[in-house]
Amino acid sequence: MKSSFATLFYKEVLRVWKVAFQTLLAPILTALLYLLIFSHVLEQHVEVYPGVRYTAFLIPGLVMMSVLQNAFANSSSSLIQSKITGNIVFVLLAPIAYGEFFAAYVLASVVRGLAVGAGVYLAALGFAAPPMLHPLWIVLFAVLGSAFLGAMGMVAGIWAEKFDQLAGFQNFIIMPLTFLSGVFYSIHSLPEFWQGLSRFNPFFYMIDGFRYGFFGVSDISPWFSLAVVGVCFAAMAAFTLAMLRSGYKLRL
Amino acid sequence: MAFAVEVCQVSKRFGSLQAVDNVDLTIEAGEFFGLLGPNGAGKTTLINLLAGLARPDSGKLSILGHDVVDHYRDSRRLLGVVPQELVFDPFFTVRESLRLQSGYFGLRCNDAWIDEVMHHLDLTDKADTNMRRLSGGMKRRVLVAQALVHKPPVIVLDEPTAGVDVELRQGLWRFIQRLNSEGHTVLLTTHYLEEAEALCNRVAMLKRGKIVALDTMKNLLGSVATCRVQLRLSGALPAVLLPQLVEQSGDSHTLALESYPALESVLAQLREANVSVLEMSLQQADLEEVFLQVVGRE
Repeated sequence: MKSSFATLFYKEVLRVWKVAFQTLLAPILTALLYLLIFSHVLEQHVEVYPGVRYTAFLIPGLVMMSVLQNAFANSSSSLIQSKITGNIVFVLLAPIAYGEFFAAYVLASVVRGLAVGAGVYLAALGFAAPPMLHPLWIVLFAVLGSAFLGAMGMVAGIWAEKFDQLAGFQNFIIMPLTFLSGVFYSIHSLPEFWQGLSRFNPFFYMIDGFRYGFFGVSDISPWFSLAVVGVCFAAMAAFTLAMLRSGYKLRL
Repeated sequence: MAFAVEVCQVSKRFGSLQAVDNVDLTIEAGEFFGLLGPNGAGKTTLINLLAGLARPDSGKLSILGHDVVDHYRDSRRLLGVVPQELVFDPFFTVRESLRLQSGYFGLRCNDAWIDEVMHHLDLTDKADTNMRRLSGGMKRRVLVAQALVHKPPVIVLDEPTAGVDVELRQGLWRFIQRLNSEGHTVLLTTHYLEEAEALCNRVAMLKRGKIVALDTMKNLLGSVATCRVQLRLSGALPAVLLPQLVEQSGDSHTLALESYPALESVLAQLREANVSVLEMSLQQADLEEVFLQVVGRE
């Protein structure tokens, strides 16, 4: 017996693969453009960590940003497309448990996030090669962060009734939180007020913890960041599962 | 033994619209059951409630004894639904869509059955074609195939032949009748009443969310005049026959007959009135007649 979860997960990954140009290659290219421009402009002027080139500092941030944004885009776009075209009915008619539904979409988001992240990292090696001092932390933050964004994407995909609303979610929540999370800078370079505010941004802990895996240096203890990201994921997972169980905007 | 479908005092409201109003209905295993009604009568809502696509405000629904809310996984495994809307996943081919649907129901290595379903629905040539490239009729066939891919004991067909050609209809009904003869229960909604008349053993008619008729096809057909006679006459219809007049167009008159022997008396009345019959044809009472009487009655 092949479980419903395995099929739904396979279908989501197959969907990503079928439009790989848009789902994998395009975000890698976007991240490389960021890298090209920011490293060219700031390389000679900024040194965030002592002895670490700005380009090398930037690469983990860009990799994690790509992981997070693509994990969100995966589950949210898949769900809203299925809702708008109506083919969500094939999944809703099947004997798929809420947990399986959740796990399949989140895991597919993690896979896409990690694939894009790996692609950005490999392509960025042509610019600089940041060390990977603690690979386990890198994997841990990449998986937990993409799972959190995958779950958040499910919430957005279920809530939104049209692409416009989803774009709003992406542009007014995901994008600001990502850009204000320390992808391009260390929060110690910010004024005190913004430093304090950054500590309420869960994306900051994902980026900071992920970067710790490369350099062994971070703004916050990686254990604390891990706890914050873990709690955020648990809360988002519980919220998403509650939405699925209630049938909110999926079942009339 | 549990009913194939059991609907017990089910109601569902959408805002001010009472879509389903305290409906009670049971369908025995192996029946070919028709659910008829005008647009907006609540047929699709009732099907959505059975399939778990909607949740009842009150009442209980079960498939072969499994409650559709409390034991939704068991009930969904036993149910195959052909939705009314023409929906498809544009990323996949026909075979991929069917394999995925099979997998959702926990079935692996189901290609033999998938091939058989595709053969019966004339989809074999299109197996590797992307869903986007199919015509509307072909997409409808795939929807039917997706509903049958896990061999459900209870098959729900919500307007399965809307917008499809005669060839598919005939092929589809042959296949569904074969499944029915093998023990699958079929619940059909259709606007083609002749299809329901030809296929269904029992019929329920819905109007404004309520069941207004529920009986065997034989009893429903027997509840209206057995037949009608259409006459073209040389003169006016005698007054004594006016109560039987159903329709008049020029010199053509349609009269309802309670039985075939009643035709004798009609002809006798015409002879007595010195009116000649120029043309005559007999029409058997059909489901459309019953439908119009029942649905138009309230």
